[in-house]
Amino acid sequence: MNQTTSAEDTVSEQAPAAPREPVLQACGLVKRYGRVTALAGADLELYPGEILAVIGDNGAGKSSLIKALSGALVPDEGEILVDGVPTRLPTPIAAREAGIETVHQSLAVSPSLDIAANLFLGREPRRPGILGSVFRMLDRPRMRAEAARHLDDLGIMTIQNPNQAVETLSGGQRQAVAVARAAAFGNKVVIMDEPTAALGVRESRAVLDLVLRVRDNGLPVILISHNMPHVFEVADRVHVQRLGRRAAVLDPAGCSMSDAVAVMTGALDPAELPREAHAPGSVG
Amino acid sequence: MTTSPPAPAPAPPVIDDVRPAGPLDRVQRLLHSQATLGPAAVLIVAVTVFAVISPGFLGPTNISLILQQTAVIGTLALGQTLIILTAGIDLSVGSIMVLCSMVMGRLSADLGLPGPLALLAGLVCGTACGLFNGLLVTRVKLPPFIVTLGSLNIFFALNLWISRSETVRGVDMSPVLLWTGRVLEIGGARVTYGSLLMLALLGVLVYALHATRWGRHVYAVGDDREAARLSGIRTDRVLLGVYAAAGLVYAVGAWILIGRIASASPQAGMMDNLDSITAVVLGGTSLFGGRGMIVGTVMGALIVGVCRNGLSLAGVDVLWQNFAVGVLVILAVSLDQWIRKARR
Repeated sequence: MNQTTSAEDTVSEQAPAAPREPVLQACGLVKRYGRVTALAGADLELYPGEILAVIGDNGAGKSSLIKALSGALVPDEGEILVDGVPTRLPTPIAAREAGIETVHQSLAVSPSLDIAANLFLGREPRRPGILGSVFRMLDRPRMRAEAARHLDDLGIMTIQNPNQAVETLSGGQRQAVAVARAAAFGNKVVIMDEPTAALGVRESRAVLDLVLRVRDNGLPVILISHNMPHVFEVADRVHVQRLGRRAAVLDPAGCSMSDAVAVMTGALDPAELPREAHAPGSVG
Repeated sequence: MTTSPPAPAPAPPVIDDVRPAGPLDRVQRLLHSQATLGPAAVLIVAVTVFAVISPGFLGPTNISLILQQTAVIGTLALGQTLIILTAGIDLSVGSIMVLCSMVMGRLSADLGLPGPLALLAGLVCGTACGLFNGLLVTRVKLPPFIVTLGSLNIFFALNLWISRSETVRGVDMSPVLLWTGRVLEIGGARVTYGSLLMLALLGVLVYALHATRWGRHVYAVGDDREAARLSGIRTDRVLLGVYAAAGLVYAVGAWILIGRIASASPQAGMMDNLDSITAVVLGGTSLFGGRGMIVGTVMGALIVGVCRNGLSLAGVDVLWQNFAVGVLVILAVSLDQWIRKARR
């Protein structure tokens, strides 16, 4: 199944090239909770080097879709392909091992632990040699140094020192720690769930810059957001989720926010939108 | 083209908000960052006060008495700390300890099992009891309070069944089991091996909690279990390990208890449930989980020991000793609530 991808893997300028193989693909995902159908055959494609925004009204199956991709939920039907290979993601750990990192809305940080500890939470390195193998000793100097480097990579060294407890940080700084963790360990995809929802204007700005920087460092991003201006500002393509499936994939340069909202709420049939409103390669 | 309003200057990627801190804020933050500072201060004050009130308080005999009295509670409190760090609570500490001491005592006295084997059986029994609690917490998803309230009675009933409600005398037991009661003279001060064993256990746990992956995960699970799970920590496995380790620690407590009272009694240690929780709370570990230092726990146990001993030296009725310990606990928890507000 797995065709070896062509040498065309380099990040192109701005517009994502259409015929490329998706890094992450969901096909016909179905998830039912009793009589409620959260996902009714949902599809999604994420291409290298892009920011794909996922929008949808409450109950559109947005969070179920994201949970399925991040291993927090096992769909009843359908399959998920990572680099074209069908992959089962039964747990968050499995998703992480497949290179998919998620920044949850709740951030999933441990407030009383310090920044370095949080960056490495769940995969702390041990000392080399007998100290690590027999005495199970953590490699704290390495964690500290690498944490500083990761924060630096994303230009968030304003966070004074990696030994600071996360509970002493502001909301935006905590978000930055969570994003830094995802960017440091994700080697395929970073999923961000409502990263600006709880933030003020200035902090949102900083986090959006961070999202762009993650993409520019080479990692494609799936961005879930309710905030249309934020979506239209950073997204390369906009996936509209409605009634448990994908309603359309829009090109933010070719349509307006009100068009997107209209498709999202069902007020507008995406087929009525002009051709340039649809993202290249997507069927309306 | 019309001139657009000047674009807002690009904000630095992440904004710091620094709030001016008053002196009270500073105390709050200091206590927040240095969890053992509070208990250490209380311990020093208590020792000073009692030294002034009762002249014999600081004598070597009395000090070693306090240490002996603290060894059992302190050990139980070490196990209790592990559980409270994960935002749990263990009401079955006393029962597990008594059950283990009866298993050790009877296997040695009645079945004539060699001392080390009887000891090992007791340690296995404690670990199994802890695993039982842990399985109910992680698999059946019951709240630790309910689980251990139930197992408190189960283990105590087993203890009465095994012991037939009779005390096993020290002379019938292997000397291995009584080793913890033996005294080591260190320059005038008399310390039991039991007290030293407690300190050794403290050392091991400090290392495990602060220098290993497991320790990090214990804190993370107690701090925010869902966040820990999403970070890829196998939270159930961590919890199961914590309960089993605590059970093993209680069994060591049983060994120290046998040495201390030179027998194995089915009625010993019934007050120890709440005293161990008291020691943990006084030691600055938060009942809400994720925050605290195990060193503080031993200080907390010493605070209880010092207060009880000092008050009885001063001729205060036991009734008022309990009263004082109760007041201390409430003060300690209030302080914890206040400190936890210093999140920013």
